[in-house]
Amino acid sequence: MDEIMSKNNSEYLIERNDNVYEVVIGLEVHAQVTSNSKLFSSSSTKFGAEPNTQVSLVDAAFPGMLPVINEFCVKQAIKTGIGLRAKINNKSVFDRKNYFYADLPQGYQISQYKYPIVGEGNVILDMPEGQKQVGIERLHLEQDAGKSIHDIDPSNTLVDLNRSGVALMEIVSKPDLRSPDEVNAYIKKLRSIMRYLGTCDGNMQEGSLRADVNVSVRIKGSTDLGTRCEIKNVNSIKFMQMAIIYEANRQVDLIEEGQEIDQETRLFDTKKNETRSMRLKEDAHDYRYFPDPDLLPLEVTDEFIDKLKSEIPELPDDKKKRFIDEFKVSPYDATILVSDIDTAKYFEEVVAKMGKNRDMKLAVNWITGELFAVLNEKNIEIAQSPISAKNLAKLINLIKNGTISGKIAKTIFELMLDGDIDPQIIVEEKGLKQESDPKALEALIDKIINDNREKAIEYKQGKEKLFGFFVGQAMKASGGKANPQIINEILKKKL
Amino acid sequence: MSEITSLTLYELIKNIKEKKISSNEAAKSFIDRAEKSKKINAYVTKNFENCLKLSKDFDDKPNFDLKLPGIPIAVKDLFCTNEVRTTAGSNILNNFVPTYESTVTQNIWNEGGILLGKLNCDEFAMGSSNETSFFGNVQNPIAEDLVPGGSSGGSSAALAANLTPVTIGTDTGGSIRQPASFTGTVGLKPTYGSCSRYGIVAFASSLDQAGPMSKDVKDSSILLEVISSFDKKDSTSIDFKRNNYSSELTRNIKGLKIGIPKEYRVDGMPDEIEKLWKKGIEYAKDCGAEIIDISLPHTSYALPTYYIVAPAEASSNLARYDGVKYGLRSSGKNLIDMYEKTRSEGFGEEVKRRVMIGTYVLSSGYYDAYYLKAQKVRQLIKQDFDQAYNKVDAILTPSTPSSAFKIGEKSNDPVSMYLNDIFTVPVNLAGLPGISIPAGVDKNNYPLGLQIIGKPFDEQTVLNIAYSMEEKINYKNNITDWWMK
Repeated sequence: MDEIMSKNNSEYLIERNDNVYEVVIGLEVHAQVTSNSKLFSSSSTKFGAEPNTQVSLVDAAFPGMLPVINEFCVKQAIKTGIGLRAKINNKSVFDRKNYFYADLPQGYQISQYKYPIVGEGNVILDMPEGQKQVGIERLHLEQDAGKSIHDIDPSNTLVDLNRSGVALMEIVSKPDLRSPDEVNAYIKKLRSIMRYLGTCDGNMQEGSLRADVNVSVRIKGSTDLGTRCEIKNVNSIKFMQMAIIYEANRQVDLIEEGQEIDQETRLFDTKKNETRSMRLKEDAHDYRYFPDPDLLPLEVTDEFIDKLKSEIPELPDDKKKRFIDEFKVSPYDATILVSDIDTAKYFEEVVAKMGKNRDMKLAVNWITGELFAVLNEKNIEIAQSPISAKNLAKLINLIKNGTISGKIAKTIFELMLDGDIDPQIIVEEKGLKQESDPKALEALIDKIINDNREKAIEYKQGKEKLFGFFVGQAMKASGGKANPQIINEILKKKL
Repeated sequence: MSEITSLTLYELIKNIKEKKISSNEAAKSFIDRAEKSKKINAYVTKNFENCLKLSKDFDDKPNFDLKLPGIPIAVKDLFCTNEVRTTAGSNILNNFVPTYESTVTQNIWNEGGILLGKLNCDEFAMGSSNETSFFGNVQNPIAEDLVPGGSSGGSSAALAANLTPVTIGTDTGGSIRQPASFTGTVGLKPTYGSCSRYGIVAFASSLDQAGPMSKDVKDSSILLEVISSFDKKDSTSIDFKRNNYSSELTRNIKGLKIGIPKEYRVDGMPDEIEKLWKKGIEYAKDCGAEIIDISLPHTSYALPTYYIVAPAEASSNLARYDGVKYGLRSSGKNLIDMYEKTRSEGFGEEVKRRVMIGTYVLSSGYYDAYYLKAQKVRQLIKQDFDQAYNKVDAILTPSTPSSAFKIGEKSNDPVSMYLNDIFTVPVNLAGLPGISIPAGVDKNNYPLGLQIIGKPFDEQTVLNIAYSMEEKINYKNNITDWWMK
């Protein structure tokens, strides 16, 4: 992957022998539905439990056991569909996808094949060069399989069925993505929308979000789609990007050598950073899909959908617009603030607590600057922030009303970290209140001018640079507490 | 008083309530008789000791308000029973002991019934003669080496041999009605969605339905009242208002319109079946019913449709028997090898045949031509009935195209075996209630049955017609206990 051209920030093109290729990417994202119980049983879905402790007779496919749809999971899928601005289908059908595997107890996965619960929709990406719309093909509900564990016992494969039957939403995009950067933005946007809705926690480490990545390449400007390869089950954005870069370059190399690309399923080896063939199209399973006779078609009324629509919270795109319109936040800052629902909540709480005389610029800067730095350093989420929105708002107000300087505020901020201490109390206890009384400051400045007569004369003769010296001396003498604005005013008058 | 074991359920309940017979006495009588009837091979698993204990418990603390007070009952081995082995007649579940109870059997125990044991059946209910069971053939008490029908063959045989006062079977294409017809007993398949499928080993989910089998119609009405219930654990269970079938049972069917479908007059149907049907029509008239000729034009497509839909669902339903979680596991070199060996050794020939057919009709490239088309035809068959029911209240047909045949006679000819279901299968495809009642005998003195098919959820009318005709027909089984000699 030597010659990568880049016309702007997020474009990804591959150049070989005067040919310029673009990559065409479509994603099938598997998002675990946030729900206490599984799609067709009442077993718990809690992550990290002891193996095979969250398995009902239905999950383990005992004879005579029947699936019963979890209404909550249906609502979650519909809400997600609404978040993707998609068509919600009044009627959808659960099918059986038949194949044998040790961690698939029924011998089939219950999924939606011909008639998914959610149809076409779209997602807006904020790219550096502007907004880009990515089409959604469909969203359907399906069961997750169990987990085969090959590395505990030397001669046996062990099976953990805790995950068996957990509800997944498969969100299929149109082949609208063109670069690893867009894939990054797309996954983050999907995750953001689902976290706003509370329909998927988006936790990639726990496998709550993973994707099959479809990659093909074509000469830039062509409208035909090339033969695609599907890279199965990639579980981090970084690996998706690595896999796409490897796969796109592999395909370009094949084309340049005059070879055909086989439509196939491939695996991404994270250690070797390469994709490997898993099975060719001809060897693909015949899943023998047919409607599950244990389940009736899923029918939802318009009233049911409308009720869910009324429960949808403000989503990132709308929130961003409101932040810009109402709070006069820059589009760039707004994008950052709304990308994560907890950040947006924190920001709005700070804004609310600042009261009438609020300073948006200060609020944005303190959150995206000082606070983010601390969160990064401690590797924690904003929901676990060591400083509450209320106290950060107080700190900002102390700066705004002149009680403390920005410099002192940073000192106070550090002290606040130790148990979310009220900045007002720190100011009082440590005596950090800014000195703004002109009389006191005048006395202080008189003394400095007296002690530095020669420099004062030099200043008056035109050496204006010395003004900064006097400011520094005054600040030093006040222990940093002097209000710099008033110092400036007095100095100008006295000198 | 006649022997305890030859009493009807209704009589037995009456005697127990009047304290003329104790539950324990009843249990002992049925168990004694079963011990002398091993040749019938009705039982796969006996629950005799536990039954005796529970019957004693009942007698110590009787509750005569229950609908089945201390009544010992044997059930088809397709119903999962808590802590009692459940095999579905298959080697692959030979060692399977459920930790749960089917809703239908639970309903029976809740009303005071006590499990006698588990009755033989065709493997996974696939068969019409009980010859596909891993646990061997069942003898029809009517005559030696005669099949008892299937798949509920152990149930029909146990009933006819007086080994249980009533029993329950399951009916996917005729598996209650055909064995009832072959043994001179009564068998009712309720409307699809009446009896919960929860805990019943699945054969074909869209067709399977549990139902009562009994010595007379009244007993079926008593048992149906117990087993029919709405169940949230079965998504296809239907929440409709269920009658008190036994107390609403009446012989007043005056003015009811009964349809006679011309398409059931099939080629090669024996004369005696034709005669029986005619006799049945006369009986119905005698009861005050009005006879109306009707047409069910798609009848001839029912059997091929059934033999696509049922195997398709079965091929998927039986995928869970893979040796991984429970049941038989044969050792293999790797996972695939283990699957192949387990399923080769665990399943019998008929089950394998249907899994193969089902896999074929669902495979890509064939789905539209077979499965999808069959589903469309199924709708047409259902419409036939819907239209007929604009004109009539019920439909009268023979139950089977012949009487019971000899063991081994058809076991090498699957198609001729499948033809046995020709009159019963349309009822399952349309999800309707249907009952078979004994109505006469053939030249060998083997019983023949008539089938009454009703409107959806109208089991009461079906039972009432059967109850009225039963009185006119006045059929009595002539069982000689030949197997004890």
